[in-house]
Amino acid sequence: MQRERLIPEFDWNAVFVQPWSEYASNSFWIVLMGFLVSGTCGLVGCFVILRRMALVGDAISHSLLPGITLAFLLTHSRDTLPMMIGAVAAGVVTVALIEAIRYSSRIKADAAIGIVFSSLFAVGVILISVFADKVDLDAECVLYGELGFIPLQEIAYFGETEIGPEPVIRMGIIALIAIGLLVAFYKEMLVTSFDAGLAASLGISPTRYQYGLTLFLSIVIVSSFESVGVVLVIAMIIFPGATALLLTDRLSNALWISTAFSACYAVFGFHLATWLNASIAGGMTVIAGIVFGIIWMVSPGQGLIIQFRSRHSSNEEALEPINPSL
Amino acid sequence: MLAHSNPEPSSKTTDPLEVHDLTVAYTKRPVLYGIDLVAPPGSIVGVVGPNGAGKSTLIKAIMGLLPAASGWIKVFGKPFRQAVTRVGYVPQRESVDWDFPVNAMDVVLMGRYGRLGPMKRPTKADKEIAMACLEKVKMLPYAKRQISNLSGGQQQRVFLARALAQESDLYLMDEPFVGVDAATEAAIIDILRELQQQGKTLLVVHHDLTTAPDYFDRILLLNMRVVAYGRTEDVFTFENLQNAYGGRLSILSEVALSRARKKAEGDTPDSIHQ
Repeated sequence: MQRERLIPEFDWNAVFVQPWSEYASNSFWIVLMGFLVSGTCGLVGCFVILRRMALVGDAISHSLLPGITLAFLLTHSRDTLPMMIGAVAAGVVTVALIEAIRYSSRIKADAAIGIVFSSLFAVGVILISVFADKVDLDAECVLYGELGFIPLQEIAYFGETEIGPEPVIRMGIIALIAIGLLVAFYKEMLVTSFDAGLAASLGISPTRYQYGLTLFLSIVIVSSFESVGVVLVIAMIIFPGATALLLTDRLSNALWISTAFSACYAVFGFHLATWLNASIAGGMTVIAGIVFGIIWMVSPGQGLIIQFRSRHSSNEEALEPINPSL
Repeated sequence: MLAHSNPEPSSKTTDPLEVHDLTVAYTKRPVLYGIDLVAPPGSIVGVVGPNGAGKSTLIKAIMGLLPAASGWIKVFGKPFRQAVTRVGYVPQRESVDWDFPVNAMDVVLMGRYGRLGPMKRPTKADKEIAMACLEKVKMLPYAKRQISNLSGGQQQRVFLARALAQESDLYLMDEPFVGVDAATEAAIIDILRELQQQGKTLLVVHHDLTTAPDYFDRILLLNMRVVAYGRTEDVFTFENLQNAYGGRLSILSEVALSRARKKAEGDTPDSIHQ
């Protein structure tokens, strides 16, 4: 061959078979981590979408950069706890600043979000370059994440037994907490998301659940950024829920469906990245975009095809009649 | 004997709703000044006034959604927080996102949430109550339908069913008649009357002056202050309306005309309540 191919040749064996034979253990941890990250982000994301907080999520993820950089400069450690505290503090500061600007000026939420997250993110970028010699943080990894490194991480032990790479175990615990909180507070989250006025009149404080969700969202983002990076974590928050909501009219179903989509992103994103020798988080997000596109077209309830058909068909039986007098 | 025939509050402590000298301000600009209001048990109180008079603000302040700059509110003699389970709420229809992924049954079940403790799920009994409430507003066949696939009138009925599911003693309703068809309006007023006969108290924000005197036995005429409050026949006078609406004569003459016509037919608003 004269020149290098633009896209690597698709080799079934190398893309789908080898990862599960020769490197099965590595592949397992990578895909599991991808699923735990996008599954947890997706569950929280369903509520984030319904409460129109998607941009706030994006803002929180970007503000992690200065948060963890500062935490590192102060403690000189890359342990989980200081990183977690720095990042959650950054998330809280972000949300507080957005709210402060909104309430004390005429600037609306979207502009306030833009102002806060871009300036905090820039502070992070500058901190990293000024203290480049002191900050042993891989900016590339913070921005884009690297799922491929997961099997190389320290192994967590349960007593004497090896259980798996530490980040995967940590993410698994976060996922279990997310499910636990969801089961415990489903009705509160449902009513505060749908009708804050009614919730307040029932004695269920909408602000308390709003803060709770924001705080938990920060924790989930912090736990996820090593894998998918602060730029793409928002994709994992929005895509599973948004795609699921195209398919179902009920929140409880949307939560299940979003989890299934997350698994699909993890598996196919991994194989796409293996084929193209690219970032796995990038692969997962591309798959998420493709799946969204397909569902957007073919969804039986809200899809473009169904809309086009019902607009152009003379068959009136296709439209379910609604009797307004009943 | 219906409680509403009692013209004045009998006991200070058991009145379902007592508002004293309430002032509410949005960022320093007061929107409600010195509101005094007592709703006796079994009354239907209409809150009437021009746009921006603070009608919805009053309901939100009663529920503690907006802080009071001064004054106090008592619900069954207690602060609102201690009486939540005795208060039902019907918000304005536009206040929620009807694309939300819930069906009619889910919405009505929310009315039961205040009675469930934290972390508790609705029980079979709660579901049966919700079904009965949907049946009452003739929406049972639509229980499984996603709420954006309902007409405006049907959506309002779902909200009403949810309020019924709250099984409260005091109901606060924000414009329940807006954007509904005539059949729904008649159905809603029937249910309001039925609630009244069960001794419940209702505070209803309403903007249609032509129907107000027929629907309510007490009227609060509001325009940032209380213009007048009392029994409908005492309050609903041309002079009071002019004070509240500031001489927007097109509305007023229309109301005066329709009232005069009704009087001529011998159909006084009182006869409806008997």
